[in-house]
Amino acid sequence: MAELSVPTIESFTVTLIVRRFDPENDTEPKWEDFDVEMYGTDRVLDALHKIKWEQDGSLTFRRSCAHGVCGSDAMRINGRNRLACKTLIKDLDISKPIYVEPIKGLPVEKDLIVDMTPFYKAYLEINPFLVATDKPNKERLQSPEDRARYDDTTKCILCAACTSSCPVFWTDGQYFGPAAIVNAHRFIFDSRDENAELRLDILNDKEGVWRCRTTFNCTEACPRGIEVTKAIAEVKQAILRGRA
Amino acid sequence: MSVTIETPSRPRTRKQANWEKYGWLFMRVSGPLLIVLIFTHLVVNLVLGDGIKAIDFAFVAGKWADPFWQVWDLAMLWLALIHGTNGMRTIVNDYAGQVKVRRALTTTLWAVCALLILLGTLVIFTFDPCPAGASAELLASFCPAQ
Ligand code: HEM
Ligand code: SF4
Ligand code: FES
Repeated sequence: MAELSVPTIESFTVTLIVRRFDPENDTEPKWEDFDVEMYGTDRVLDALHKIKWEQDGSLTFRRSCAHGVCGSDAMRINGRNRLACKTLIKDLDISKPIYVEPIKGLPVEKDLIVDMTPFYKAYLEINPFLVATDKPNKERLQSPEDRARYDDTTKCILCAACTSSCPVFWTDGQYFGPAAIVNAHRFIFDSRDENAELRLDILNDKEGVWRCRTTFNCTEACPRGIEVTKAIAEVKQAILRGRA
Repeated sequence: MSVTIETPSRPRTRKQANWEKYGWLFMRVSGPLLIVLIFTHLVVNLVLGDGIKAIDFAFVAGKWADPFWQVWDLAMLWLALIHGTNGMRTIVNDYAGQVKVRRALTTTLWAVCALLILLGTLVIFTFDPCPAGASAELLASFCPAQ
């Protein structure tokens, strides 16, 4: 009888160096390294799972959907903000260790988990909901052209990769940050919404859009491919015009 | 390798009126103007004619005898100083967290800016290469003997 040949799937060992902080025992964060056996189809999130499930159950990070939809697992991987669940390990340089840190500019709670409260606060301040006074009996119609004006910014999953990649947000903790502006853009340019003026006024704040220095870190960081810097520029132009 | 960034501890203090929009616009209007002003200034002074060798006291005196260059240099002085100071104010806003420090640095910046603009403007319009009553050995060679 012919021998069944089971093809072996190639695997490789990668080193992850993870920034860790245990608020109960540490005064300072520290780096810790782990070696894990990985496959070409694995992502950084799989490596973190493997560490948590097989090596150190105390490793703490957020994730929910594991498929780039929920926005839970934004982290700084090799110095760039990415979603761990959308970063294939084979796309990184695995001849060197992979550095994994929490996103910057928000207080670290434990290991890779940061306190998102300031981020959500800025988001809430821009009124992220449709404001319309009419009471139609049918859905509100909108032309494809009007819909296209804010299509890009509907894609945001509030992962905070953009805001926590922004050097102005790092140094000046009061800046609204790109994500809040992206979500304001989503409604400012929606023809069905009636509150554009209020949102433009809110973002004309000292800590609003004028703090943006077009560094493009946010556009580069966004895992949804949103042109964040362009959206901010459109909001600036709308404020200068005085309307959306 | 990594820097821990401390808690963003200052709550946003929303003020109604602010000048940030005009500051932002000014940077974008003055920038292109400065490109024209500064590069023309450099080419005229350093490249055209006898080039860099032509620059001496008489060269400067000659330029400031012409109202065109007086206005040119005045525009350059005012725009570069206000542009530079407003840019520095932006950087102070980035890094100075405490309101008191912010205010002290910003006030100092504008005070220095105002002083330099005042002195510069004074020099451009009151410059006299051959001041009357100066002792002969201090006067430039092209001044008429007194
Ligand atoms: C040569 C033509 C120039 C152009 C086109 C130009 C343009 C600009 C623009 C557009 C900004 C705003 C950047 C932003 O908000 O993102 C800026 C900032 C700045 N400029 Fe200029 N500028 C010029 C010359 C100068 C000069 C002569 C000075 C110094 C006297 C200067 C000092 C600054 C400073 C300190 C900032 C703030 C930097 C920052 O925001 O981090 N610039 N410039
Ligand atoms: S704009 Fe992009 S990077 Fe920023 S929060 Fe939304 S999805 Fe994340
Ligand atoms: S776990 Fe949901 S986006 Fe990565």
